[in-house]
Amino acid sequence: MTPTLSIQNLTIEYAVRRGAVQAVRNISFDIRRGEVLSLIGESGSGKTTFGLGVMRLLPTMARVRQGSLLYRRDAASDALEVLKLNDAALRAFRWKHVAMVFQSALNSFNPVLRISDQFADTAHAHGYLRGNLLAARAAQLFTLVRLDPERVWRAFPHELSGGMRQRVMIALALLLEPQLLILDEPTTALDVLTQRNIIDVLKELRHKLNFALLFISHDLSLAADLADRVATMYAGKLVEIGDVFTIFQSPRHPYTTGLIRAVPTLTSDRKDLTSIPGSPPDLIDLPSGCKFHPRCPLASARCKSEEPELEDAAAGHQVACWNWRAI
Amino acid sequence: MPTPIITLKHVSRTFRVKRHLIKAVDDVSLSIGEGEIVCLVGESGCGKTTTGKMIAGLLAPSAGTIEFCDQAINQMARAAFRKYRLGVQMVHQDPYASLNPTQTIYDIIAAPLRHHKFTRAGADTRARARELLTLVDMTPPDDFLDKFPHQLSGGQRQRVSIARALTVNPSFIVADEAVSMVDVSIRIGLLNLLTRFRDQLGMSFLFITHDLALAKFFAWEGRIGVMYLGRLVELAPARDLIARPQHPYTQVLLSALPEADPQVTRNKPRIELRSMDVPSLMRLPTGCAFHPRCSKFIGNVCERVVPELTAAHGAHVACHLIKPGP
Repeated sequence: MTPTLSIQNLTIEYAVRRGAVQAVRNISFDIRRGEVLSLIGESGSGKTTFGLGVMRLLPTMARVRQGSLLYRRDAASDALEVLKLNDAALRAFRWKHVAMVFQSALNSFNPVLRISDQFADTAHAHGYLRGNLLAARAAQLFTLVRLDPERVWRAFPHELSGGMRQRVMIALALLLEPQLLILDEPTTALDVLTQRNIIDVLKELRHKLNFALLFISHDLSLAADLADRVATMYAGKLVEIGDVFTIFQSPRHPYTTGLIRAVPTLTSDRKDLTSIPGSPPDLIDLPSGCKFHPRCPLASARCKSEEPELEDAAAGHQVACWNWRAI
Repeated sequence: MPTPIITLKHVSRTFRVKRHLIKAVDDVSLSIGEGEIVCLVGESGCGKTTTGKMIAGLLAPSAGTIEFCDQAINQMARAAFRKYRLGVQMVHQDPYASLNPTQTIYDIIAAPLRHHKFTRAGADTRARARELLTLVDMTPPDDFLDKFPHQLSGGQRQRVSIARALTVNPSFIVADEAVSMVDVSIRIGLLNLLTRFRDQLGMSFLFITHDLALAKFFAWEGRIGVMYLGRLVELAPARDLIARPQHPYTQVLLSALPEADPQVTRNKPRIELRSMDVPSLMRLPTGCAFHPRCSKFIGNVCERVVPELTAAHGAHVACHLIKPGP
């Protein structure tokens, strides 16, 4: 089946005083129809830049150096090159085809507008429903995200709790039935019980509405709970991608392996846990060869000089490491 | 039971917000012994940070007493009070905000050393600063002393923060979400560092976090206290609390927590709450504050009587359902 979004050789760089910094380096993968793909990585790994790149929402100091983003709404429709859309086409593309929910829902709303007005704004900009029809459609979405439409529709953002705002944001993102929803750390600022509620809502939604979800997070446990596939990023590069069970049970990249061992769980024994030595690299001053080699227990001479590309470790499981067979 | 360093006796703290009185911490009693690690967990607004600040002497309790080495801190003579203020230090959450950006690492560490006259001459101070950086695994220390905070990574900054707390030889450290802003791959390293201070220097810790898995890892042989809306609802040895939670709130928290293993996390039994809404601190529910959400709500008594923290099965629990016992 044709993927919803096919990313090929995407490189995004930021212009900074000391030169160009590549935050996303030559990434290629597909986001399949209706799947939940979780992009994990630490701060500075380029995962947020990647998400913004897909939406073409990059700040002015950033630019796409190379690559292609091919979007297909459904199997029958023509591929759309997202990177070549002009301004008008781009405005139509965002929200209708790909929508994004950011970390802080409070900052995503206009504080002086009622929720109903924020929905009307979006609908108007895309020539979508209005008036009672819009209210009915919104009520339907609110019910899906387990909110009481009566309470939410006429409220101001500050009248809602953090978890409610995040759910309103998700409802708003789904208004125009996008085929891809990008969530960037959507639960980071929320409490455990609220987070659980949002995760459950997302699980329910994707089964009912069948859109693809790109879930960006540094939290491995959320990926384990929600994802169909997991992709690991390190220093701007995709280093491993595969089925969620494979990635957690038999990861092949030393960074993914290290990350899983570094996160305590309720069931883990104390002695099973270890940090990855060193710290994430400075993107301006990247190490040679494989960017993980200074922290890697398996680093060999080749790792210092040559950077590995993704290769198949098993069906549907790709890894970028010279020594993956040793894990 | 080791000798207690810090003892809280019926400590409460209220804040005035406009015309409302808010009880941020309500009747908390807790004792932390020499070399003991206690983790306080709970959701935002549960009073865990306020409790930490009161222990560190940054906030005064509205009621109740806090004792340092069996002496009430609000009745201490000058010398004893000074000993307390040096003895209890705090490590803050955000290593980007808690270090002065215009000072070098050396300046940051030298200031308390000089101010409290731990070192005299400049060479003396520099030698001690080197020692402290080595202690927090920032080696070789001379690579770091003349750097500014912005030149360091988040993990390194947090190590500087810890080194600064160590300048005055504290016996007790309050760490408020001290690793939550540090990259996940290096959190364990930082916690192991703190554990080493416990093992080698006999230091005690109050570690405040919202992450139960992290609390279990760090407290391990110590205890975990769970707070809800200002009250301590359960206090138990760390691994017991995770394996056999007794309070319905602790049970809900544990069942809601996603885990970094797809098999485990997708097959966890789920406990449903009666309500998703967290009550406002301005209008706290009567009786047990958890009763409007509690799945084990039994009616009248929960609505009317505030449950006391009582000993039950090797732990302390504040719930009407729990029968007291050894």
